[in-house]
Amino acid sequence: MSTTPLIVARGLVKRFGSFTAVDGIDVEVHRGESFGFLGPNGAGKSSTMRMIGCVSPRTDGELRIFDMDPATQGKQIRARIGVVPQADQLDEQLTVQDNLMLYGRYFDLPRAECRRRAAELLEFVQLTDRATSKIEPLSGGMKRRVTIARSLVNEPELLLLDEPTTGLDPQARHVLWDRLYRLKQRGVTLVLTTHYMDEAEQLCDRLVVMDGGRIVAEGSPRSLIEQHSTREVLELRYPAGTNEERAPDVAGIGDRSEVLPDRVLIYAHDGEAALAEVHARGSRPESALVRRSSLEDVFLRLTGRSLVD
Amino acid sequence: MMTLAELPLRILPPAVLAARRPHRMLERQWIVNRRGGWMIVLTGFFEPLFYLLSIRIGFGGLVGDVTDGGRTMPYAEFVAPALFASSAMNGSIYEATNIFFKLKYEKTYDAVLATPMTSGDVALGEMLYATFRGALYSVAFLITMWALGMTASIWAIAMLPVAMLVSFAFSAVAIAGTTYMRTWADFEYVPSLMLPMFLFSATFYPLSSYGDWQWVVQLSPLYHGVAVVRGLNQGEWAWSYLAHVSVLVAMALWGLSVTARRIDHLLLK
Repeated sequence: MSTTPLIVARGLVKRFGSFTAVDGIDVEVHRGESFGFLGPNGAGKSSTMRMIGCVSPRTDGELRIFDMDPATQGKQIRARIGVVPQADQLDEQLTVQDNLMLYGRYFDLPRAECRRRAAELLEFVQLTDRATSKIEPLSGGMKRRVTIARSLVNEPELLLLDEPTTGLDPQARHVLWDRLYRLKQRGVTLVLTTHYMDEAEQLCDRLVVMDGGRIVAEGSPRSLIEQHSTREVLELRYPAGTNEERAPDVAGIGDRSEVLPDRVLIYAHDGEAALAEVHARGSRPESALVRRSSLEDVFLRLTGRSLVD
Repeated sequence: MMTLAELPLRILPPAVLAARRPHRMLERQWIVNRRGGWMIVLTGFFEPLFYLLSIRIGFGGLVGDVTDGGRTMPYAEFVAPALFASSAMNGSIYEATNIFFKLKYEKTYDAVLATPMTSGDVALGEMLYATFRGALYSVAFLITMWALGMTASIWAIAMLPVAMLVSFAFSAVAIAGTTYMRTWADFEYVPSLMLPMFLFSATFYPLSSYGDWQWVVQLSPLYHGVAVVRGLNQGEWAWSYLAHVSVLVAMALWGLSVTARRIDHLLLK
């Protein structure tokens, strides 16, 4: 097996007129890895994904996928990747099954092979009973699963997922995560974008945090949390509108604190101990919650803003 | 020195020259139409039938014979080939509005372009389908013409490939135009181009009736299609066909090249 990374980006830039969507990022993704781009809307994640998917030319910098250049070998690269775009882009004029079969034909697969894979993939995404349904009556979660099945029809080495679970209800998200986890186990390299912390923590071995077209941090979810946050977080809620003025009451407790419009966050190794000290100082928040630190905290720390607005 | 065969290579963008899978778009359309979509073909039979009947019943007797380019023929034989060419034009332009829908609302091509398919495959494939659809109508039209006694020669059969070229050329330009459309309202301009072309392409009276303004008629691409099919219906072969056909081929190449570039521009940002 080759040791060349599947994706190498150096100083990758994407500009739309005077707007810079991706502002010189360096990324390497290795075979079998599950890699995430984490960031809020407008961070440049989708633009990066489209460049990797060879459907958007780069403005500047270097980009190689399977050690090929998307600018000149886009067709060969696209033949080996699977894409789950943000808006499913299913063919609404066709049935579920025909969507998969026709997609296989775009990759020049023989018809019989398309039929076999379509049946197998519908089984995989648990939609066999909807094979002859049109796309329109399907739920959001089902459409997403059809899109994932479609992206796998050419047995891709690299799967690109742009916000795979945005807009889905919790149950649908878990079904999807389970399927993606199985793909990961089969050795498919996953690259996904998300603005959900839990998703990144569940699915990514390694991720980069993007903000304003730049990478602000890189590492495994665990190492990022260790590096940029504390083990635990104490969340205090004071009556609406008074969080700001109560903050000084608890100043100095834990390693540091963050005052948000709706709550005060205290970063501490031991959340319970921090809460005990809050009470000892006579401060009475309406509610208090001790939780483990998450990527959300990392993002807040790195950019001063919360992730989902 | 550039040879004539190399000319298309100079004009067409790389996306078109690299097109290897345009037939996949036909395959897609085949699957779409498999579920009842072929009704549109059936409806295509009615248009020529009504047109030709109206001429057979009324105009023919009223107008009598027409002299065009030194040859005298019954009015029905004069006008039917022109309607035949116009119908090839109409069919392909209608199909172009479907492209707008797929491009703008259904986003059909975005997912297609994420595969080894290229903008050239999409552009060429959709034009071939429009041509195919137009060809089915043309066959229906020709059969109707023949049944109503409006064909003058066995060479009328040669009108079919010309109709296909007319279809392809008009679909290429119409689809190219469609890529510039922003909303459905922009389609309001289409009839204002099509109607004068339909009426003033020497469709209903000979080119000579235009006097000093014949050059205006010759600007209409439809005129070049009409001129060839009208001659062929009379079993006449002329060198001038080459010039007429060249105009249509040029149109086709231009439309194809613009469309591929526009799809690149719109979808591969």
